[in-house]
Parts: sequence; C-alpha cells; structure tokens
Amino acid sequence: MDFLSFKNCESVALANIPVLDFADFRDTLKDLINCKNCRVSVFTVHGGKLYAVLLDPAKHCFKAGATAVGASYPALTNDIPGVHWFEREIFEQCNVIPENHPWLKPIRFENSDKPGVTDYFTMQGNAVHEVAVGPVHAGVIEPGHFRFQCMGEDVYNLEIELGYQHRGVEKMLVDSPAKLRNHLVETTAGDSSIAYALAYDGVISALAETPRPDLTERARILRTLALELERIANHVGDIGALAGDVAFLTTSAYCGRIRGDFLNMTAQLCGNRFGRNYVTYDGVEFDLPNHKLAAFRDWFERTVEDFKNAWLIMSDDPGALDRFEGTGTVPNEVMREIGAVGVAARAAGVDLDVRRDLTGIGVYDKLVWKCALKKSGDVIARAKTRRLEIRESIRMVRALLTWLESSNSPVSNNATAPEQFKADSLAVCAVEAWRGEVACAVFTGKAGNMERCKLVDPSFHNWFALALALRGEQISNFPICNKSFNLSYCGHDL
Amino acid sequence: MFKALRARLFQKYRTNKFPDAAPKLPEHFRGRPEFDKSAVDAEAWKSAAEVCPTEAINAQTPAIDLGKCIFCGKCAKANPAIRFSSEYRMGCMKRENLICNGSLPYTPDEQFDAGIKALFGKSLHIRQVSAGGCAACELDFNVLNTLAWDMGRFGLKVVASPRHADAVLVTGPVTNNMRLALKKTYDAIGEPKLVIACGACAISGGIYQTSEKASCGVEDIMKVDLYVPGCPPHPATLLEALVRFMGRKQLDNRA
Repeated sequence: MDFLSFKNCESVALANIPVLDFADFRDTLKDLINCKNCRVSVFTVHGGKLYAVLLDPAKHCFKAGATAVGASYPALTNDIPGVHWFEREIFEQCNVIPENHPWLKPIRFENSDKPGVTDYFTMQGNAVHEVAVGPVHAGVIEPGHFRFQCMGEDVYNLEIELGYQHRGVEKMLVDSPAKLRNHLVETTAGDSSIAYALAYDGVISALAETPRPDLTERARILRTLALELERIANHVGDIGALAGDVAFLTTSAYCGRIRGDFLNMTAQLCGNRFGRNYVTYDGVEFDLPNHKLAAFRDWFERTVEDFKNAWLIMSDDPGALDRFEGTGTVPNEVMREIGAVGVAARAAGVDLDVRRDLTGIGVYDKLVWKCALKKSGDVIARAKTRRLEIRESIRMVRALLTWLESSNSPVSNNATAPEQFKADSLAVCAVEAWRGEVACAVFTGKAGNMERCKLVDPSFHNWFALALALRGEQISNFPICNKSFNLSYCGHDL
Repeated sequence: MFKALRARLFQKYRTNKFPDAAPKLPEHFRGRPEFDKSAVDAEAWKSAAEVCPTEAINAQTPAIDLGKCIFCGKCAKANPAIRFSSEYRMGCMKRENLICNGSLPYTPDEQFDAGIKALFGKSLHIRQVSAGGCAACELDFNVLNTLAWDMGRFGLKVVASPRHADAVLVTGPVTNNMRLALKKTYDAIGEPKLVIACGACAISGGIYQTSEKASCGVEDIMKVDLYVPGCPPHPATLLEALVRFMGRKQLDNRA
C-alpha cells in the first residue's frame, strides 16, 4: 500500500493515513528513503501507531504512513540509519522500545535525574585516552557533553550527549493556553524564531476549521524578507566565528559587527533583533512602509559591501584556507545515509532545500534564485555554501524590496487565530531555516484539541554528522568543525 | 597584510559612541512600559492581564513585572493606556524594583554597595552559564564582545574558567538537567562573587515558568545581585546595566 501524499501546510484526517502491517511499512519506508530520495521529516509514535512523514522533493509533497506498534517493535535503524536518532527519541519520549537498536540510550535525559550519566563508547589500549568536555564549555555557548576517544592527537570517535537545555517545550505547547504557544514555538531555537513561527503558523492555519483567507501580498513578502534576513545574519556570524577559530581576526571582528547590522534590520521590521512576535496569524505585526524603503535598501547595500570586503580578505588567504580545506569531511553518501539536512548536507552535494522542494511558505516560487551546493563536505565547503546562500539571499532581499514598492496591500488579512482545530487530524509544515529544515507537526484529538505537537530542528538530524566529521581528525580541529556546523542545543533539546 | 590594512580603511572605526551618546534603537523597540496610574480603567487592565502570556501584569495595582515581561506588546493592544517607551535602562539590583509602576522619567537603581564599587568598579570578569532557554540571551551577550559594543572598554571581560571569574551571568530558567552544573560552576568561583540573571527566563522562568522540567529562574537556587529584563535584553540594556552595576557613572542618555 502506498503512503498518503499531502502538501506542506495542509491537514489530513488521521483516519486517511494508511496503516500498514509492519513488514509492509518497513519495506515501503526503505524503498522511499533508499531508492526514491525521500527524507524523514517526522518520525514518532502517537496513539499506539508509529507515524512516518517523509518529504518527497520530486513530488513537492509529504508522504505519510503508519503502522500499529505495542510496547516494542523491531528497530528500523539497522535498515534506515537516518531514523536512528528518531528511534532513540521514541524510546525516551514515547516509552516504546525499538528492539535491536544498535545504540539505544536517551538523547535528552528527560526521565533521569542524572543527565549525561550513561554508557559511552570506549576504546581500550595503552596509548588511548579519553577527553570529556562539558556540559559547561569555555565560552558563551549552550551546554552539551562531548566525549572524545583519542590516540595522541587523533580522534577515533566522538560521542555527543545533549539534553541539558531540555525544558519540555513540546509538552508545554499542549498544556499551555494559546496565548503562550507562539512564544514557546519562537523560542525553540532563539536564533531561528522566524522559521519556527512560520512553521507553527503553517500548521495552525491548516488545522483551522474555517480556512484562513489568503495572506496579503505584502505580508507574504515581508515574511520572506524576515526569513532571509535571519539567514543572512546567522551565516555572516558563522563565517566570522570560523575566522575567529583560525585566528583570522580581521574577518572575525568585521563579521561580528556586520551580523549585528543584519539583526538590526530585523529589529527595524519589528523592534526585536530576533524577529520575536513579527509573524502573526493575520500576516505580520508591522508594515515596512514604502517611504522607508529607500533608507532600508541603502543600509542593506552598505552592509552587503562591508560583508563582501570582510569575506574577500579571508577567502584567498593561504593560512586560513589551509585550516579549512580537507578538515572535518563528511562525504555525500554518509550525509545521505544519516539523513542530514540544510547547509551541512548541501555542502556535501545533497541537493535539498525546502524553499524549492515544497510550496506553501513565502514567495520563493516568484523569486529567481539558485540552491547553493558544494561537493567536498569539509569545513571550507560548509563555509562556501554559507557564502553562496548569503549571495542568493541578497538577491532575494533586493527583489523583495523592489516588489514591496509596487505592492499596495495591507499587511493584515484580519483573520483571528483559531481556538479549536479540526478533530483527529494531522498537519505538517516544514520551513527552510538557516541551518536546514525546521518541521512542525500537530496531531489533534477528538475534541479538536492539540494532542501532540512535534518539533524537529535541523540540528536533530545533524548532530550525528558533526560526530562523524571528527573521526580521524585532530582534536584541535574540533572548534572549527563545530563552528562549521553551528548546531543548536536548545532546538535539539526542546 | 596590505589587504588587511586596506580592509581596515574601508571598514573604518565603528565602535558605537555608548555611553557618550544614546544607543540607536529601532523604531518599534519596546523598552520600559509607561502608563498613567491616575485614570485607571479596571476593565482594560483586566483584559491586558488576560492576554499577557507570562502573567506579568497585576491588574489591581496596576503594575507590570519586568522580570516576567517578554515585551511582546500584547497588553498595549488590549489596554491603550499602556505604551512601551524607548527607555532601555531597565537593569535592577533589587527584585522589587522590577515591578514597574508606569511612571516616566524614572531613575534607574544606583550601585550603593561601596564594596562592589571598590572591588569590581574597574574590572568585572564574567563566566556565562547557559541554563536552558533559547540561546538568544547568549547571542546578544556575545554581541557586547564584538567591536560594535566592545565591552572591554569598561573592564568587562568574558572568562572561560570560573576560577578567573568575579561573577556568573546566568541565562535560561535553569533546567533540571543544568542545575547541578550551574551549582558546580558557581561553587568554583572564588569569594567574593556576584550573580547576574540575564533575561526573563533567568529572572522568573519567563516563558517557561510553568515547565515541569525547569526552575523559575536563578533565584530558586542562589541570590541574585543584578537583574536584566528582556526577552532577550537588547545589548544596550545589558551593557548599561553591567556598567551601572559596577558603580560607574550614571548614564543619562535616554534615547
């Protein structure tokens, strides 16, 4: 039996999602992922059923299927490595055991009072030593625990244990009044607030009993503008951080400031540097009126020139390049196999971008842009992918600002957010945040209540890729490998 | 080298003029709320309290608890008497001073502790600990280290080891999973030591105050010496609070 196809920001009745027997479910899943280029967006147990929601880039849609599971089921990780983190989550969050999972242990220590205390992969031998770092790191950064198995300088294995930021976002979303939900979603990962707000908005508008009237043209333009400014700001910051880690201080210092300028542009839109409260159910909170566009554009162009200059001084510097090239390589096959997403995957030639692969979010189909792609999968590839994405986003911002000039619509369509949702339904929305795909899925109950809200951060897919990037590297290369991914702890820990 | 020098000429000196000039704040910036207490519309205050996502509003008094407020502006839409001003100086040294009674202009707390002024007035080394939350507070604290703000000018420095620190700056509501690590970091700092709670989460639990997996801020665990409200606090709010906390001159440059 086939999985059910549905669009981004579309709801489906749970009864319409085909329930396959386990062997059939496994084979269909294997075929879709290993042969048809689909990727896992959401994979969880709800109401005694294991649901898989895959993103099919060729058909521009999601595909969902389910199978009934009891207290346990045979783990799928051995056939589909991309679900290994999801199955560990199922084990911890849903109390269902994926049997024969190769490395079954908690990912967030939700139910334990001893975070980080668990079995770790270890090595034996005379010259072998273990380096344990964290949860508190030597900098202004979130907490996580990293264990390196080393021989001399060389890292044989890195294991990453997270969960220190776990504050129960998903459970709070279900239990909290509607007025708090937007804020909870926006702070899932504070540097991707716009992306999360859009993903949640996509889901609740799909689940509204009375369909929401189309968003106004101006609201759609401004939402896209905010998402691209978020992308540019963070990518610029990451390039600066990479420069800082190889002691290329000029680029590091300039990018730090320039990132702030881009954040200030978001603040110009809505008053908050991280775009909090900007995305509203009826559109966006504030307009960027036409008489202010010229000054905004001027500011944007000057900052773009600053960034180009900061990038150019580093981009052909032999000292910096020597540290970046060939460091922390994760090849294309591995990235595909483990289901990596976003910048990290594209830097290894995995051609995926939700902005192009799905519809429903923003005005990307009306803009001329290319998906950034590099092949080598090392630190320089991730840096250059970011550079390319910044360039494409700059093109988009220019086009959006021009478009705003000729658009006369208001920014609100006067819709009010629904209190009740369609009963017994599922809606999924994916947004390409600056790190990669952010997915939000909501299951509703009989009474049209929110029964479950599942959030999947791009970091959830990618932390394992960072662990793999360190294999065979010198331990001193950890900082640049880490920065080249720049994954979110809070987005993962929820 | 010549390329770097040329770049320097192109990029120019860009550290902002704070504290000699007011920081440039965006048009829609939401700072300290302002409201008239003489003409209280009880119904409007009730609806403002109802829409507040973090229960920051006491409709009776009326007052807004800046330690809980996330500056979303929803109350101002429900009750037109409330206006978010551009007053960014909101850091307080006493919890009760975060209860905003709406009057403006207002005088921010002064550092009266001669000991703090003498010991830390010229240099304050900070160990930051992220204990839950969304990382936005950390990001905007990091911004103070960039050359746009350059907090080193005021003797403010981030240190890696708690042994080198004078203060711990905590962000996030303090998740159950971080409680021990935060406690250990604090214990490793030599006396005398100070605690800074940065952002609504660290002060009161903020958005996460009802979470079963986290405390309601740092105060559940340790005494706090400086509170910096915001979600996250604007870099100007944080820097001004830190500088005032050190007992340096009062900055009277309301934007």
